[in-house]
Amino acid sequence: MRRPRRPEPNERLVRPYALTHGRTRASADFDLISLVVAIRELARDEPWEPEHRTILALAQHPISVAEIAARARIPAGVVRVLLDDLRTRGALIVRTRATETSTPNLTTLKAVADGLRAL
Amino acid sequence: MAYAHSEGPPGDDPVMPEIPMAFKILIAGGFGVGKTTLVTSISEVEPLRTEELITAESVGVDDLSGVESKDTTTVALDFGRITIDQRLILYLFGTPGQDRFWFVWDELSVGALGAVVLVDTRRLESSFPSVDYFEKRGIPFVVGANCFDGARRYEPQDIRAALDLDADVPVLLCDVRHRESTKEVLIALVEEVVRRMNQG
Repeated sequence: MRRPRRPEPNERLVRPYALTHGRTRASADFDLISLVVAIRELARDEPWEPEHRTILALAQHPISVAEIAARARIPAGVVRVLLDDLRTRGALIVRTRATETSTPNLTTLKAVADGLRAL
Repeated sequence: MAYAHSEGPPGDDPVMPEIPMAFKILIAGGFGVGKTTLVTSISEVEPLRTEELITAESVGVDDLSGVESKDTTTVALDFGRITIDQRLILYLFGTPGQDRFWFVWDELSVGALGAVVLVDTRRLESSFPSVDYFEKRGIPFVVGANCFDGARRYEPQDIRAALDLDADVPVLLCDVRHRESTKEVLIALVEEVVRRMNQG
C-alpha cells in the first residue's frame, strides 16, 4: 500500500555518479582485478549508502572490483569510489596491484601453468 | 564474521588467510571470433559483465578522439574467473571489439599477464589490430586459430605468415568450445610469458 514500487534489478533509480556525490576518481589502488575483503561490519547507525552495504556484503570473502561491479550491477568506476570510502573508514582492505611487483615471478607463473593443467 | 578474523579450513595452514593474488589474461580478436565462448568454456562462474563508464574526465580528452559524444558512454566487459589455488586467481577479460574503445584496452592491459588473440581463419584481417596492439606494447601473446566446425583450413605456419608474426610467437589451432582446447591455449600463453622472461 504505502510501499513504493520496487525497482527492476537492472533499473537505475539515480544517475550512477550521484551515488558518489559526483566523485569520479578513486585511488589508483583499485583496478578491475584488485581484490578486496571486508574486515568489519558496518553499524546500523553509520551513515552509509545502501550500495556501500551491498558492496561490503559481497566482500565477505576476497572478491575483485570487477566481480563486485557485475554482481551489484554498479558501474566499475562507481564501485571504485565506494570502495575507497569503505577503506578510508576501515571497513575493508585491498590487495592492490601497486603493492606487487609489476610482473609475476617464475615460481608464480609455474603455479599458474600447473593449476591450469590440473583443471 | 569478517574474513580477516576467520580461520582457514581445518587441517589447513594455520596462518591467517591472505588475500589472494589476481592476474588477468586478455582475450582479444575480432567480433564473433569466440572470445566469450572461450571464457565460458573454462570459467568457474558464468561469465560476468561489468560496465565501465567512460567520461571525458576519467580518460583524458585526447583519448576520446573517435568517440562521438563527450557525454558519458558505457563499455561492457565480459570476464570469467579461474581459481588456481588459495593464493592465485586468474581472470579472463574479453576485450571490447570496437576500435573506438582502444583506450579501454590500455587500462585492461596494465598488469596483464598476456593475451590470447583469437582468429577466425575465414577473416584473418579482423585480428590484425589486436596483433598489432600487443606487438607494439611488448605484451606477450599467443594466437589461437579457432577452428569452427573442426575444419582445419590452414596450418599454423600459414596463419603465421598471413599475420606476419615473429617466428617465436606461438600459433595454435584450437576449438574454444572445448575446455581442454582452451586450457591448452592458456597454458601456451603462460609458457610464452616464461620464455620471454627467460630471454630477459
